[in-house]
Amino acid sequence: MGDSATSLPAIKIRGAEKYFGALHALRGVDITVEQGEFFALLGPNGAGKTTLISMLAGLTRADRGVLEVMGHAVDRDYRQARRALGVVPQELVFDPFFTVREALRLQSGYFGLRHNDDWIDEILSNLQLTDKADTNMRALSGGMKRRVLIAQALVHRPPVVVLDEPTAGVDVELRQTLWKFVRRLNGEGHTILLTTHYLEEAEALCRRVAVLRQGQVVACDTMAGLLQARQASTLEEAFVALLREV
Amino acid sequence: MGVGFATLLEKEVLRFWKVSFQTLLAPLVSTLLYLVVFAQVLGQRDSIYPGISYAAFLVPGLVMMAMLQNAFANSSSSLVQSKVTGNLVFVLLTPLSEGEFFGAYVLAAMVRGIMVGSVVLIAAWLFFSLSVFSGVWILVFCLLSTFMAGALGVLAGVWAEKFDQMAAWQNFLILPLTFLSGAFYSLHSLPPLWHLISRFNPFFYAIDGFRYGFIGASDVSPWSSLVIVGSTCLALSWTTLALLRSGWRLRP
Ligand SMILES: Nc1ncnc2c1ncn2[C@@H]1O[C@H](COP(=O)(O)OP(=O)(O)OP(=O)(O)O)[C@@H](O)[C@H]1O
Ligand SMILES: [Mg+2]
Repeated sequence: MGDSATSLPAIKIRGAEKYFGALHALRGVDITVEQGEFFALLGPNGAGKTTLISMLAGLTRADRGVLEVMGHAVDRDYRQARRALGVVPQELVFDPFFTVREALRLQSGYFGLRHNDDWIDEILSNLQLTDKADTNMRALSGGMKRRVLIAQALVHRPPVVVLDEPTAGVDVELRQTLWKFVRRLNGEGHTILLTTHYLEEAEALCRRVAVLRQGQVVACDTMAGLLQARQASTLEEAFVALLREV
Repeated sequence: MGVGFATLLEKEVLRFWKVSFQTLLAPLVSTLLYLVVFAQVLGQRDSIYPGISYAAFLVPGLVMMAMLQNAFANSSSSLVQSKVTGNLVFVLLTPLSEGEFFGAYVLAAMVRGIMVGSVVLIAAWLFFSLSVFSGVWILVFCLLSTFMAGALGVLAGVWAEKFDQMAAWQNFLILPLTFLSGAFYSLHSLPPLWHLISRFNPFFYAIDGFRYGFIGASDVSPWSSLVIVGSTCLALSWTTLALLRSGWRLRP
């Protein structure tokens, strides 16, 4: 309380727990991401990264805990929370009925935006999709579909952008254009939360990291702090050491 | 209800429009086949209501059957398809409320049902002489019944996780409901047990009331049918909205 609007965290997660039947997938996760941060959420397969992101996005419900996006509780205040959040899902999903531009127009419409073509064109050009705008989603390659997923997450200019393994299966060139674009968004004040298994990417881009393992945060530090504490020279070294010690 | 709702409605209408060969033309052809065959085979029998030809009895029933089936098919198959392919997240990630979500799917289902129904009706008009007793009753039952089937489709679509589960709804609920709905015959011609069973079938009241609008005769009073179809709509809406609010199946 008493926080001014600008010091509100972009993402606040307190005591988040999730069960899938008998599986305790998240065991009391606390993470705070400040506005304007470029934050890495790392962890081995099955650690709970996607589950945590799904809870933030309202795609799955927390069994316990508080989750807020820009100060809006994701359950009670879901409209504002979802307006503030853009999510690039891990799974390569698409709607085969539409072209790229149709998909982006529809996505804008769901967020209440009717005349969004200037911004859509800008996103398309930044993701090098302009010449694919009128191509049906079905006819795109996997990497192209991934770009459209990223574009869809950005149509409503969300202050907080969550990228769940955005570079899986993406060629070198797009990775570079993608990171340039995401860096620019970050520079313009967007908060970025990134999960990836390419640790060099996380190391190059992110200033702070949280590491999840079996549903628990086992480290949450600055990139430099994480490396220092384990006398590691790369994030990969630190990561391996960290997963050994716990 | 604003832009978000209108966009989801537009998307749902575009979805069936883009494959209209399957979603509009195919049901039109199959309904017309029913019409030709049944009118030929059964047309010679005694009429069911005095002074009303079998064709005049049959056409409204078949039109309503087509509307019910297509409205149900639209919302249910769209939802299951989006779940199976995973693209329902695009809708779930947005600030759309449960009411907007439900309303858009139901309204798109109504649009498809009514489009199929209208074309069947126009085609039937070319072959048979039909009369209109009350346009108001026709319109009321057309709207309420497609709403009912569309809402049932949303419920089924929210519940089903796979295509075969949806096929089970089609085969074990929708098909028996439409065939025990008195589209082809008057309930009074049924043995007592089947008569009784049909009395619990909301599709029967949808057809009976709709047909009343054309021929001015019915098995039960159109007012009773109105109350029953209307209450079914309310019950389905209430149930489905409560399930959507709880996150059941869609936001586990
Ligand atoms: N819908 C579900 N039903 C049952 N179990 C689930 C479900 N979703 C996730 N899990 C389980 O929860 C755990 C966390 O999964 P999650 O997808 O969040 O991991 P992750 O950290 O994103 O992994 P990855 O790096 O492979 O994407 C895993 O053990 C997974 O099997
Ligand atoms: Mg994941």
